[in-house]
Amino acid sequence: MNPKVITTAAGIETLFQQAGAATVQAAILQPAETLLDLYGEDIRARAYVTSDPLRGEQMLRPDFTVPVVQMHMEQGAEPARYTYNGVVFRRQEDDASRANEYLQVGYEVFDRSNPAETDAEVFALIQNALGDAPVRATVGDIGILMAAVDGLNTSERRKSALRRHIWRPKRFRALLDRFAGRVETPAARQALIASDNPMAQAGPQIGLRSAAEVAERIDVLKSDAALAPISATEVDLIEAILQVRETCPNALAQLRDIAVDVPSITGAVTRLGERFEALDARGVETSSLMFETSYGRTSMEYYDGFVFGFHATNHAGLSPIATGGRYDALTQRLGKGDAIPAVGGVIRPDLLIQIAGGAS
Amino acid sequence: MTIKLGVPSKGRLMEKTFDWFGARGVTLARTGSDREYAGAVDGVTGVELVLLSAGEIPRELAAGRIHLGVTGIDLIHEKLAAWDQRVEVMAELGFGFADLILAVPNCWVDVDTLDDLDAAAAAFRARHGFRLRIATKYHRLVREFLKQAGVADYQIVDSQGATEGTVKNETAEAIADITSSGETLRANHLKILSDGLILKSQACLLRARGADVSADEGRDLADLLDKLGL
Repeated sequence: MNPKVITTAAGIETLFQQAGAATVQAAILQPAETLLDLYGEDIRARAYVTSDPLRGEQMLRPDFTVPVVQMHMEQGAEPARYTYNGVVFRRQEDDASRANEYLQVGYEVFDRSNPAETDAEVFALIQNALGDAPVRATVGDIGILMAAVDGLNTSERRKSALRRHIWRPKRFRALLDRFAGRVETPAARQALIASDNPMAQAGPQIGLRSAAEVAERIDVLKSDAALAPISATEVDLIEAILQVRETCPNALAQLRDIAVDVPSITGAVTRLGERFEALDARGVETSSLMFETSYGRTSMEYYDGFVFGFHATNHAGLSPIATGGRYDALTQRLGKGDAIPAVGGVIRPDLLIQIAGGAS
Repeated sequence: MTIKLGVPSKGRLMEKTFDWFGARGVTLARTGSDREYAGAVDGVTGVELVLLSAGEIPRELAAGRIHLGVTGIDLIHEKLAAWDQRVEVMAELGFGFADLILAVPNCWVDVDTLDDLDAAAAAFRARHGFRLRIATKYHRLVREFLKQAGVADYQIVDSQGATEGTVKNETAEAIADITSSGETLRANHLKILSDGLILKSQACLLRARGADVSADEGRDLADLLDKLGL
């Protein structure tokens, strides 16, 4: 590994320690089951999987967040600040020019007191650590879309189907169109709903998914078919929320306007305003900082609130130099009942060196 | 040196390949005993027949150890990342037709599309505590297909054979496999999802983009392709 990268990484780690973080380590081999449960089968395309006959499937750690959260949930005192500096491994299937092993230096905060403050703390610290590197930051907030879905005037079942696909924009869109009656119900489903005896052609019952489960889903489909569509106005408002792409003050003004018609996002928008104030107070120039509601929707699955990324301005197509965000829900899933608000970010020192070397 | 042509070492795929080349004036034949994997080429010069398992031909092409190879395009897509940068399809041979499809039990009358499968997978996970299992040997193709379709809450379980039996044996809830007539699926009480076609496959003649070719070999290769009408 390039010694300059190692020196840079150590410098960033020191900066994070000075901000109050304790250095932690994580095993390179992580149990695959936890990661598969969190990310689903897609993780196999991005992480190296190996195995032995005793422990079963293991993964070469694709990031530190999961092991750090697990460690904190098991033994951490509150509040806590951690830093780590080590390699992560990413399997590549399409682009051989992307690194499959690289250093990450991270900073994670577990603190219940003031989310706006800790969001701003992490962002400002990462920005500071990047120094005068040629980067541009973008921030977002997945929580606003989630709050908008919560407020839809429709069944809880439809809302949870939409929430499940927040991070898969195409499937989210298809579901929304269907719930809004914008696409026709497939013929096979119409026939199923209309049928008096849907099991007539079922043949023998095989497999673990029982006839009762099938019947249950048919009931769900029937009651869903009887439900009023989500109104065009509501769909347009979701669309308007997803399209907000402006400097922070303008984005905030737009979202406040939308919140008049979508009261469910009022709380999330208020917290956004508080976060921007906290960022200002730490010297981040929010007047020129870009906000996108959809930022991170395809790539940052466990983040459920504030998200951010720093992208090179002189290397098009390069992976982000630094990324981060809030992942309260992850701590709940890994905490076996416990949960704690958490926010963090990572820097890739290899890319930092690369872009400091000039344009490509 | 010679141009190495990799051909499946047994079964219908081998016979049909021999027929295809034979119809174009290039005679391929196995030599020695029935059990010996050696072959001969007549009708062109400087071409050597290499008999291989169809599943190994993609790897040999990618490594440049053979110049040309015959195998199913499904195996190329599954086994080679960025496959089109590593091999070139010279001809579709018109046999070995097979579709890679996603199938579920007939008794799932509520599941006809990927959208249904996704909803069923969510409910299945909530009920059974693990993700719905799809048995296949085509891990990458299936994962990529389901990712594009936005299907979540499933897991792939490896199945190298008798895949259609996994549902009845309760080691999987759905399958993804190659089918030509659909008979094995029907016999095992499975049905193809209406939008569950992952890939249409047939046998192809492929050229390795990365194989070294000397001037002599280049001439022999050009002669062979010329004779094959390519």
